[in-house]
Amino acid sequence: MLARFTAILLTASTALLAACGEQPAPATTAPDSAAVDTAAAPTAYPPLESQQRLLVATTTSLYDTGLWAYMEPMFEERYGVELDILYAGTGKALEWGARGDVDVVVVHDRAREDQFIADGYGLSRTPFAYNFFVLVGPPEDPAALAGMTPEAAFAKLYQDATTPFISRGDESGTHAKEQRIWAAAGLDYETVRSSGDWYVEAAAGMGPTLNMADEMRAYALCDIATFLAYQGDVDLEIIVGEGGVMQNVYAVIPLSAARDPEMAQNMVTFLTSPEIQNLIGSYGVEEWGRQLFTPCAGQDL
Amino acid sequence: MGALAEAFRIALDLILAADPTVMEITGLTLAVSASSTLIAGILFIPLACLIHFARFPGKGFLVGLIQALYSLPTVLAGLLVFLVISRRGPLGFMQLLFTPSAIILAEVVLIAPVVLGLVISALRGAAAEASDTIRTLGAGPFRTAAAILGEARSALMAAMLMSFGRAISEVGAAMMVGGNIAGRTRTLTTAISLGVGKGETAESIALGIILMALALLVSLSVHFLTRGRR
Repeated sequence: MLARFTAILLTASTALLAACGEQPAPATTAPDSAAVDTAAAPTAYPPLESQQRLLVATTTSLYDTGLWAYMEPMFEERYGVELDILYAGTGKALEWGARGDVDVVVVHDRAREDQFIADGYGLSRTPFAYNFFVLVGPPEDPAALAGMTPEAAFAKLYQDATTPFISRGDESGTHAKEQRIWAAAGLDYETVRSSGDWYVEAAAGMGPTLNMADEMRAYALCDIATFLAYQGDVDLEIIVGEGGVMQNVYAVIPLSAARDPEMAQNMVTFLTSPEIQNLIGSYGVEEWGRQLFTPCAGQDL
Repeated sequence: MGALAEAFRIALDLILAADPTVMEITGLTLAVSASSTLIAGILFIPLACLIHFARFPGKGFLVGLIQALYSLPTVLAGLLVFLVISRRGPLGFMQLLFTPSAIILAEVVLIAPVVLGLVISALRGAAAEASDTIRTLGAGPFRTAAAILGEARSALMAAMLMSFGRAISEVGAAMMVGGNIAGRTRTLTTAISLGVGKGETAESIALGIILMALALLVSLSVHFLTRGRR
């Protein structure tokens, strides 16, 4: 790794030496760019061709659990490619995809995924794992939401308008789910959003949103995996758990404009292979004492 | 306070044990910041000389504009570079997005006004002191320029170090065009940003300490270099 960074530095210094004769640079290397480049090559990694990189944009919730860091070397070894994982909310990941800046997106918002494919950006949508969203809040449950359905809990938060609720507010998959639950509760999202100080938009990732909920003693919608990863650090509990509307499905979409379509398709094959499906199902059990993801390859979710 | 002290202890351990990930991130950060400072120097010191020595209408406004761009928001610089090098952008064919080169490019854009502005200021200061003397000694315009550049040497170096400081400490542009890819485009600042978001306080503080140490080195160098001239 360090060798490659030295190479970057060398290339830049070489450019300096070549372009700037009058500059009093501490030059010990030959002021001939070609000579320095050849000299540096044997000790440095050759710069990778772009075709040898597969760029995958993934949602923060999958990234923060460490699942990608765990699977990355397996994929790289199996397919002989450098896998680069970018993390962003579903909205931004799809935006990167639409611009052709990544090869594969792994996101969790069915409505926008279907639209993405209908618009011709994605080739296919393959669900490979799911878990659940939970409504988390202070253990003392100030709005007395325990035991309610998600829809009823959301409706009560809106009617009370006293206990703060922290929204992701960042067009992520979690934010989309939140909007869907407001709708399922019979409320108009825009009305809820502008109904008072109790509704707070973090415009941030899941982790910062949980930290904000912790500081403000507020409720927040969170995917179960991220919440388990944060449970030790925040004084929040699951108030309303898994229910039909709370299901959280992750799907992989290879892009029509992928630089190497075959390699992009390999990611779908990889994630849905029995071996990786098993690993996804058992991931995190040791660390957090429960399953983070339920594998679901082959199901229409 | 207990948690903070604990975080500092873990931070120190990470640094003393030369944690490979931390070292790798530090190496990339140094390489990227140094490269962008060098490139900006090559491109913009000559341009600054040109602006300083040339006479043209609107020169005062141009210099004012350059100095106003010291405040160019880093995320805006990042966004502009993103749009240019994104696959759909004019330089999309070069496939620079999410590479260390993309970060270098964004930093160059970001520090260009700093290099231009500070070098022009340095030349002005040096010119006021030296040009009369030089001209009375009978030097031509080219020799005059060379002499003034030499006179302003330490101020030039200070400008470059200031640019390095801006490059190494910014996070918005590096995040936007680098993508904070582990082992590829993760710099100290983007790693801190991710760590804070993930609640990894100790690692974030460790990286912060390294960044501050590098920044301190830079500012001490500036101090050392400028003290000799005053």
